Amino acid sequence: MTEEKVGVYICHCGNNIAGTIDVEAVSEWAATLPHVAVARDYRFMCSSLGQELVEQDIKELGLTRVVVAACSPHMHEPTFRKACERAGLNPYLMEMANIREHASWVHQHDKEAATEKAKALISGAVKRALELSPLEPSRVPIQEATLVVGGGIAGITTALEIADAGHPVYLVEREPSIGGHMAQLDKTFPTLDCSSCILTPKMFDTGNHPNITLLSYSEVEEVSGYVGNFTVRVRKKARKVNTDLCTGCGECWSRCPAKVVDTVYEAGLGYRTAIYRPFPQAVPKYPVIDVENCIYFQKGTCKACEKFCPTGAIDFEQEDEILELEVGNIVLATGYDLFDARRIPQYGYGRLANVFTSLEFERMVNAAGPTGGKVVLRDGVTEPQSVAIIHCVGSRDKNYNPYCSATCCMAALKFGHLVKEKTDAEVYSFYIDVRAAFKDYEEFYNRVLEEGVHFVRGRVAEVTDAARQPGEEGKLIVQVEDTLIGKQRRIPVDMVILMAAMEPRADAEEIAHLFGVGCSAAGFFTERHPKLDPIATMSDGIFIAGACQGPKDIPATVGQGAAAAARVLTLISQGEVEIEPVRAIIDEERCSGCRICNNLCPYGAIDYIEDPGVSRVNPALCKGCGTCVAACPSQVITGQHFTFESIMSQIEGLLYDVSNGHETYAEPAPLETA
Amino acid sequence: MPKQDYSELNPLWGDRGPVIVGFLCNWCSYRAADLAGTSRFGYPATLRDIRIMCTGRFDPTFAIKALRDGADGILIMGCHPGQCHYQEGNYKAMRRVALLRRTLAQLGVHPDRIQLAWASAAEGTTFTQTVMRMTETIAKLGPLQWRDTVSDLAPRTPAPEAEEVSHG
Repeated sequence: MTEEKVGVYICHCGNNIAGTIDVEAVSEWAATLPHVAVARDYRFMCSSLGQELVEQDIKELGLTRVVVAACSPHMHEPTFRKACERAGLNPYLMEMANIREHASWVHQHDKEAATEKAKALISGAVKRALELSPLEPSRVPIQEATLVVGGGIAGITTALEIADAGHPVYLVEREPSIGGHMAQLDKTFPTLDCSSCILTPKMFDTGNHPNITLLSYSEVEEVSGYVGNFTVRVRKKARKVNTDLCTGCGECWSRCPAKVVDTVYEAGLGYRTAIYRPFPQAVPKYPVIDVENCIYFQKGTCKACEKFCPTGAIDFEQEDEILELEVGNIVLATGYDLFDARRIPQYGYGRLANVFTSLEFERMVNAAGPTGGKVVLRDGVTEPQSVAIIHCVGSRDKNYNPYCSATCCMAALKFGHLVKEKTDAEVYSFYIDVRAAFKDYEEFYNRVLEEGVHFVRGRVAEVTDAARQPGEEGKLIVQVEDTLIGKQRRIPVDMVILMAAMEPRADAEEIAHLFGVGCSAAGFFTERHPKLDPIATMSDGIFIAGACQGPKDIPATVGQGAAAAARVLTLISQGEVEIEPVRAIIDEERCSGCRICNNLCPYGAIDYIEDPGVSRVNPALCKGCGTCVAACPSQVITGQHFTFESIMSQIEGLLYDVSNGHETYAEPAPLETA
Repeated sequence: MPKQDYSELNPLWGDRGPVIVGFLCNWCSYRAADLAGTSRFGYPATLRDIRIMCTGRFDPTFAIKALRDGADGILIMGCHPGQCHYQEGNYKAMRRVALLRRTLAQLGVHPDRIQLAWASAAEGTTFTQTVMRMTETIAKLGPLQWRDTVSDLAPRTPAPEAEEVSHG
């Protein structure tokens, strides 16, 4: 082994590191470590001057290894790898010591201990760096097609942007039609645009785009592969309708005798038939048979739809279809679920007839909804004389969701306006804070204030029908502490609207697991960086858009959907992706052919080769987890970049101050073969 | 968080404290540790961590090496069961750690010195609490002193029974 020369660079990160760790002392100490040719500390290693420092030393001092003690490798490993590469050093010979997230920021209470820990981490990194080997990332071509999961406004935006750029898109939607929650809304705040008027043209474009394959009433079942080359299995659920023959004329559902409460599109406020199209503007236009409620499927007779279908499109025998898609990138736009207001029993939803959820009210005020746009009580005829709107139902409440759902204040203001517009009712809005943060939102708040909506600041304690005072009989009484006047108030109203929280989809965690992305504590998908990369995930090639990432309104959702498309297009236009060379390699000379590793591999990447009787790793399938490396009884599997030697040396380095000059690790000598 | 005097918990510490070597998986627990940092959650400076891609890469030899080289405890942290980035590496770690604890117990090393725990990338607090809890456990057990405990041939007290693997 030629003499290795290590350069150690200790970042101050302004005061982030230097405020806790004595960086000068660490730098001086690091210079004394074996093989360390130079050790420097610098204010900001990630600045271009900091990077140039590294490059210059590589060139002038002939460094063969670089150790950067700074922030998390998840932050700046790519930065310093590139710097090394520019100076002609293989980027995999650079090692980072995380002395910010793992030392200075968490040991601010004990500067001395933080400094000692930083030394240990650097010592470990230097030892490890000495064992690293140069690696070359492999490059593989990228599949042009993209999978978009979820056909709400986020998924529609992403799909259209990518398709308009000329690339194929598969849009998978669980429901029979795309459109998502936005298709259910009546008006959008603050401009009071008709929601479906602005959405349906986009839905239509999506359904008819030559580059978009719309897979509605379908769900993703399995995902494998990696950025650029995912294989996705999609179950296309049986519609029981042959879409090649169906014209969407509507004869079938007008003849269907089964009436079902529509809990999805009409939010439980209206009915549909067993063969149904969720709403008139649905894309695609074809109906589906809801097998659970179809009289034929449940009782064996009926077939009214089949009898009256003019094109013979009804197919009771139709089976689910399984599709295998090859895609390069995936965008998750799975949206949100509405908080189940029954979980707050004191608000009476489900028990008191005239307590509605925000989504029910959206359907009610919608001209195409069950009441034809009339604001009426649950009896369907009586117009309310007074309406209470309760904010933060299930949001900003440590018993349910600690976060703010971001959209409900504005929706509540919109409801106040709509009730005023459609009825003569008095409107009371019970709020904690009114959050009207974005463009033209505050102005809308002022407008609604001027329209005479009463704002009462306080969290509602209870909604009850138990009258205590004259004037309360037959009313719903909202019990609240008005915190601005410091008094308990009982306000009798006819109707209560609960502004329910936006929650992660009930199965968000399963979806996250399926695609290998993370979920936050609340259950929303985790972005790569909360500030600088709210679109990518920790899994390369998988992006997120819309409310599945966190509560957001339509403009923010559309913005993120388009951003996800831009990220996908960047990858597509690069044509190929770089695959980290972190893979397992079996030394076939020394492999005993015991086959222990074969079954351990979660990806089936290890094959047993009969003829020489050894195992071999398929590099295209291996993901570099290293479980085979740890299991090999002969220690002949090398986990690139995380080799046995590199980790053993790192341990030695980490414990430099407590090992008491123990015998150090030496590789076991191979057997003498005569 | 005040500076801890570990000799109060066990006089054998003298003026030093526990040294724990951590093996954190790249996808969940290493990021949980990053999040603890970003959130400025303080915890004792006892953990010296190594990033591995997956807890499935954890080779029990690493633990023996670290204990022999002066560590007082080993903390292996991965993704929650069912959430492994590599599908099932953490289950393999569970099996290996269980065997490791049993083996080391036979050598007189208290099994609590080896702990396996989970933290998702969003669980900075879980990570912090795990390190604090483990530090306290090790602090009470005292320094390992591998040479005296394991390496010498003098008769030693029988090892305590290995407990179930910690599920953090």
